[in-house]
Amino acid sequence: MAFDPSSDYPLGTRRPDLVFTPGGVPLARVTLDAVREGELTAAEIRATPATLRMQAEVALAAGRTQLAESFERAAELAAVPDELLLEVYTALRPRRATAAELEEWAARLDGFDASMTAGFVREAAAAYAERGLLADG
Amino acid sequence: MASRRFSSRATRDLHLEQLVSPVPDLGLVAANGPNDPEPELVVEGDAVTRMDGRDAAEFDVIDRFVVAHGLDLVVAAEAMAYDDLALARMLVDVNVLRADLVRLSRGLTPAKLARVIGQLDPVELMVALKKLRARRAPGNQAHVTNLKESPALLAADAAEAARRGFAEMETTVGVARYAPLNAIALLVGSQAGRPGAMTQCAVEERRNLELAIRGLVTYAETLSVYGTEPVFVDGDDTPWSKAFLGAAYASRGVKVRFTSGTGSEALMGYAQGLSMLYLEARCLAVVRAAGSQGVQNGSISCVALVLSVPGGTRAILGENVLAAWLDLEVASGNDAIASHSEIRKTAKLMGQFLPGTDFVTSGYSVMPRHDNTFGGGNFDADDLDEWLTIQRDWQVDAGIEPVSEEELLLVRDRAARAVQAVFAELGLPPISDDEVDVATSGYDAREMPDRDRAADVEAADDLLSRGVSGLDVALALDRSGFGDVAEAVLGMQRQRVSADYLQTSAVIDADGVVRSAVNDPNAYAGPGTGYRLEGERWELLQSLPQVAVPAELLGDSAPAAPTVSDGKVASRGDDAAEVVVAVGPAFADSIRRTISDLDHRDVLDAVCAGVREGGGEPRLVRVRRVADVAFIAHEAARLSGSGVAIGLQSKGTAVIHRADLQPLDNLELFGMSPLYTLESYRAMGRNAAGYALGKRVGPVPTELDNFARAKLIVRTTLLHARETQAVVPGADSVELSLVGAAVS
Repeated sequence: MAFDPSSDYPLGTRRPDLVFTPGGVPLARVTLDAVREGELTAAEIRATPATLRMQAEVALAAGRTQLAESFERAAELAAVPDELLLEVYTALRPRRATAAELEEWAARLDGFDASMTAGFVREAAAAYAERGLLADG
Repeated sequence: MASRRFSSRATRDLHLEQLVSPVPDLGLVAANGPNDPEPELVVEGDAVTRMDGRDAAEFDVIDRFVVAHGLDLVVAAEAMAYDDLALARMLVDVNVLRADLVRLSRGLTPAKLARVIGQLDPVELMVALKKLRARRAPGNQAHVTNLKESPALLAADAAEAARRGFAEMETTVGVARYAPLNAIALLVGSQAGRPGAMTQCAVEERRNLELAIRGLVTYAETLSVYGTEPVFVDGDDTPWSKAFLGAAYASRGVKVRFTSGTGSEALMGYAQGLSMLYLEARCLAVVRAAGSQGVQNGSISCVALVLSVPGGTRAILGENVLAAWLDLEVASGNDAIASHSEIRKTAKLMGQFLPGTDFVTSGYSVMPRHDNTFGGGNFDADDLDEWLTIQRDWQVDAGIEPVSEEELLLVRDRAARAVQAVFAELGLPPISDDEVDVATSGYDAREMPDRDRAADVEAADDLLSRGVSGLDVALALDRSGFGDVAEAVLGMQRQRVSADYLQTSAVIDADGVVRSAVNDPNAYAGPGTGYRLEGERWELLQSLPQVAVPAELLGDSAPAAPTVSDGKVASRGDDAAEVVVAVGPAFADSIRRTISDLDHRDVLDAVCAGVREGGGEPRLVRVRRVADVAFIAHEAARLSGSGVAIGLQSKGTAVIHRADLQPLDNLELFGMSPLYTLESYRAMGRNAAGYALGKRVGPVPTELDNFARAKLIVRTTLLHARETQAVVPGADSVELSLVGAAVS
């Protein structure tokens, strides 16, 4: 059955068939037994980009445009390594990065198919330039 | 000249606080500030060229971010055209749907939002909050910390918080390296208390994200935003960096709530002459634009500053309403200490308590204030019975449940043992049985045995380098016989995979079902709609441990050996020295003792002895047709040879009466029965004899205890009910004689 964002929430209880771990283990198999048997590792315990996109659709169906956008960014960032995530965050803090450096981070995000978030970083760079929030070059 | 009353009041706790007159230039003005801009939105093509007093070229980062992500320009044309008052009235109109108001809010500028909220008085704000809250049922959040960072005590307190119904609980660290240990203690304790309770450990973002990635915490609310650019930048962030961080947390399956609140800009020195409420409107516009599902607001740590200016409490309620209007989950403050005055603090609380918010407090201190390392503890463990009683008084659900001492001791013990087992399984420094015992039944961390803190932090570092995760915690519990807690911890891991709790106002019930504004929205539309405290939940919230069963309150009413005997119908006496001592229908019969616990026989002996000392002659009578003390005494006076009598109610209230007075008049009334001793009753007898013999009589000195009524009114009512049940309508009064020996 196709996903219906206005009636299939919560996914965990209404549509567990649509939810998988990053390694493809179905939600119903995320059990203590599976952990005991070593089928699941800590890296498997997270939402996939597909799940986060379904949550974005749920938010949008409820009229929450910006929340949906944040979940879309989250879906992109799900594939981005922890360290890169923290480096981009640091670069976005005031006067940490030059325009060129922010463009480099945006390009790195593009490399992870995170184009929406990359655009967000470029938009920040433009605003920072206007407000003196870039690092001295 | 000085007034002793002014100097007395000056010693009250309230006067430890500084009140100030408004200084708008410093941002010390609650709402509707003289420098706040006129609401304004100019759109050319699809570009905003002017907003709230600024041209696009002058827009700061906040304006830019709100314009780029927060404003719906299609709605704006319609929404900005509304008159302020018209919008304000729609907020309180139960016939205007929440959804319509949320839609309009998407097109309003911060100045307009603040202006509209500024039109509402406190009761209107409460109605608006009740209507605009995102989730159907209110909830609450707990603080769980202790000064020694004792894991057993953290787990026990987390378990208590979860069992008491807190949907979320928050800990932090005194020493940053403790974070993983505290997070584990909270995770294990919370799940031992009630599966589904969500936890967070408030630490620096990088550490926080690491704990989240490992499945040791499920939510974060450390993302602070501010209403002016200089303060935002001093906070070392921008709207873009915070929005990015919010998405980063969500990408790791962490529920995110931003934090803002009135007063922070003034405190940090760059309020730019703007009112607290207007600046908070700017914060909230950023929060929504950033795509946060919710916000912790209500002044939070600056609450005492906001309360120093006129209208501060109202402005704080206003900011909660504003957040709800913007469709955000609201954790509504009441965590940091708002006032030294218990009266003032509680009065402030009512704004959120009565209408209900997603989390009535952003942190109710489950442990005593001394152990609250957030600098919180506005309401703490010692205040719990008051909180529960006020819920019961108002028939309001403010998110905390009564639990018996016996049950809590079991829950706390089990949680402490569970974390003890996890520490052992994970090779962490051991938790002793002594620690478990004190954590279960002790008062605060001062009683806890000291731990080797150096060993703890080393173990915490090692834990991180070993990559210990929520799954390892579940396995450790499973191996050590805590299968149900293991399942609950695993359940929280499963929640991270489905990510349902990222939606607005999400909490998780004990069956693992997520309830949020999506599947359990607030649909309040006036009386008879929305969340109402009734049925089983109301039964639960009124059943406090200290509630007595009325039938049991008067103690054992098993018949004892009689001490008086009723005789023939009483006739009028003719001895001029006679004082009739008349008792009520239940006296020394179905009631045996006064409210001050004097045996009725002893009371009669004392009164009669007093009458004789005064030169009179007592005669005992029982009045059967009435239970009111004035009528008992007046009836007795009409039977008395002297015309003077004493009437005694079974609870101990007494009146000296005279036959020629109106029934409700009297010679002396003794209404403070809880204070009387046998000597008091003896003095009443002496005085009655004095009146009978026409002597000069000084009234019996009486004491006053204005609290006696509050303390004893229930017992009084029950005793009086027993007396009225013994009334025989129309029956004559009868002679009464003493039988057997006096009791004491």
